[in-house]
Amino acid sequence: MTITINHYLIVSLLLFSIGFTGVLVRRNFLTILMSIELMLNAVNLNLIAFSRRLSDLTGQVFSVFVITIAAGEAAIGLALTISLFRQRKTLNVEEASTMRG
Amino acid sequence: MRQLIWTIPLFPLAGFLCNGILYLLSHRTRGEARAHGAIDPGGHAPALPLAHEAPHGPVPFQSLHTAIGVGSVAISCAVAFGAIFDIGLKAFSAGASHAITLYRWIPLGVNQGVGQLHGPLKEWVVDVAFRLDSLSALMIAFVTFVGLLIHVYSVGYMGHEEGYGRYFAYLNLFMFSMLVLVLGANFLMLFVGWEGVGLCSYLLIGYFYDLDAAANAGKKAFIVNRIGDFGFILGIFGVFTLFGSLDFRTVFGAAAANPAAYAGDITLICVLLFVGACGKSAQIPLYVWLPDAMAGPTPVSALIHAATMVTAGVYMVARCNVFFRLSPHALMAVAVIGALTALFAATIGLAQNDIKKVLAYSTVSQLGYMFLACGVGAFSEGMFHVTTHAFFKACLFLGAGSVIHALGGEQDIRKMGGLAGKIPKTYWTFLIASLTIAGVPFLAAFFSKDAIKAAVFHAEFAELPWLPRVLYVVALFTAGLTAFYMFRLVARTFWGRFRGPSEVEAHIHESPASMTVPLVVLAFLSIVSGYLGVPILEHGNRIGEFLRPIRLPIAGMPERIHHAPLSTELALMGAATVVAAIGIYFAWAWYAKGEGRVPARIAERWPGVYRVVLNKYFVDEGYEAVFVDGLALGGGRLLWEVDATVVDLLPNGAAAITRGSSWIASFFDQYVVDGLVNGVGNSLQALFRVFRRAQTGRVQNYALVMGGGLFCLVAVYLLFR
Repeated sequence: MTITINHYLIVSLLLFSIGFTGVLVRRNFLTILMSIELMLNAVNLNLIAFSRRLSDLTGQVFSVFVITIAAGEAAIGLALTISLFRQRKTLNVEEASTMRG
Repeated sequence: MRQLIWTIPLFPLAGFLCNGILYLLSHRTRGEARAHGAIDPGGHAPALPLAHEAPHGPVPFQSLHTAIGVGSVAISCAVAFGAIFDIGLKAFSAGASHAITLYRWIPLGVNQGVGQLHGPLKEWVVDVAFRLDSLSALMIAFVTFVGLLIHVYSVGYMGHEEGYGRYFAYLNLFMFSMLVLVLGANFLMLFVGWEGVGLCSYLLIGYFYDLDAAANAGKKAFIVNRIGDFGFILGIFGVFTLFGSLDFRTVFGAAAANPAAYAGDITLICVLLFVGACGKSAQIPLYVWLPDAMAGPTPVSALIHAATMVTAGVYMVARCNVFFRLSPHALMAVAVIGALTALFAATIGLAQNDIKKVLAYSTVSQLGYMFLACGVGAFSEGMFHVTTHAFFKACLFLGAGSVIHALGGEQDIRKMGGLAGKIPKTYWTFLIASLTIAGVPFLAAFFSKDAIKAAVFHAEFAELPWLPRVLYVVALFTAGLTAFYMFRLVARTFWGRFRGPSEVEAHIHESPASMTVPLVVLAFLSIVSGYLGVPILEHGNRIGEFLRPIRLPIAGMPERIHHAPLSTELALMGAATVVAAIGIYFAWAWYAKGEGRVPARIAERWPGVYRVVLNKYFVDEGYEAVFVDGLALGGGRLLWEVDATVVDLLPNGAAAITRGSSWIASFFDQYVVDGLVNGVGNSLQALFRVFRRAQTGRVQNYALVMGGGLFCLVAVYLLFR
């Protein structure tokens, strides 16, 4: 069996779905952050798969940008995590919510 | 045996993993409390005489750590020599090499435009590949051998440290990175090793991480190296853009075969690569991290900051000699920076009082010599000095470590003296290495320095014909300074009478055999390693012959083979000998015979000059003011000023106009608009009291709705398209 682009796309779809589900259902701030990383990397996989298939480097360049942004996102997210924990002593986003609608 | 070259770096990597895991497991419960007996407190903590003999619990698994750490390097050393002799020295001289590709690391797809200007259209790849040729053979030979000796030395030196396992794990990781660096067959492998040794340097400088000075020195080394690495990686990008490949053989072959096609862009690449070399090999202006790096344990200073890692820059320049020879301007820059660094660091070394700092500035100065050699196109002479320097400087640093060990942590040479009779093995090996670095005839550095000076003397720069003469004078003068400050160090440490407290004097003892045996071996090598390259004899320049295959002939650029008359060679040697003798004589007359009265008078006579030299020309303070305060803080202040005066003018003016018009508007607003708005608002408020329940403030709910909406849209599209 050869690995075609469909395989990459299926893996990417699975990764994205897992990540999205994580964002929806988890209540731990850190887990949500990790799920977002999962989604970003699913997108990266998608980009690179198409880049390879189409022999066009643009997708790879994009994914490098995505990785860069993801690093920034992780840095800010973790900083938020720390300050959230310092203030509330919890990482549960439900408990941390202050909005009353 | 030659098929096994990929295992040479692998053994230390395995050692690193085993030692690291063992250390983590054995310290999970205990936590690492550094015993109050750091025998090497970086010269900043209060000296605790003999505290290293204070009783505390034995280090867990010490003998196992030793076996793994030393054993892995010993096996790797044996494999390295086995592989070298399997191929054979003669074959290396004839251009033989052996390459192994472990796996295809980065397949990047088909080349599209980049690099195909001068090359065939082909796939972009970077492999994990090793190549053993004469240059890397020379490097792995002395890296594994000196590395092994220093591992053995560390067994004695670090034996009382709680973090013994951590130390050996880092040291093994360093050996792995350094061997990847010298064995790598392309620029990216070189870069991986390059960053690896940088990381290990940081970890080991900051080994005593609970001392501020050590932690800060580690960070400083890391950050200054980042500046150099930035240039280096830009240079690698340049190579990739220009050639479409990173493999040494491909790239250098292409450049040597068709120099005209690349000559335009190669200068920029050379300068960027040299910026990297400046960072790693501590050249002006990036040398500032190396003296501070002495806060690490002394064997680390010997291995990383004298013998191996800091010569990586010279190795890289020698490896890229085809590029540098294509660019006369880059060569000139390398030569001038090298000569300036050699002179500058040697003058600072004159006034330092910390035994390791003197040796650190001496290292910077000798590295400058190596770059000077590369800058005049004498790459094999540069590598020759790298090799001899590895032996005698490692010997000097280990000797200094033995002195510090004997004095229970004291590093200030003003509190030493008269140690010659008390620690004779250390004294004799240190003396031999000092004689070597001073350039006393028929010892190693005499030949290697002489080869460099002869190459500088005979060099030709088309645009600045007077430059070689100036560089030669600088090199000769620096050699005199070197002899002077080294014998100042010997005189202050070993001669005269002891100047420290008497309770320290009572406990002075010779180091254990695990420390003195490496010293003796290294001292022996400092004597004989010069015979790798005796210049005037027929076929005397063995190392030059050995490294000849690295120097690819460039098309259309005939090699200038210089046959200086014997009398010139002898005159150059004579000049070097006289200068060394003068340096040693003054050091002896001023510090051994005169007990330091003359230098004290000089310092009194010109206090300003003395203070400037003692404080290392205030370069650190200057960098602090310009880059840390100046750019970061001053730049911020400047922006604030611009903001407050220029930018704010606009909003302030606009505000005034707005205030005037808003008075009119508010009148209209209050009576006409509000009536309308309140009416609409009240009705809407009633309506949205219902919808507002959807606004929970929980992002996850919104995300769910968004995902559901997306799902619906896609479903509709797929069903009805």
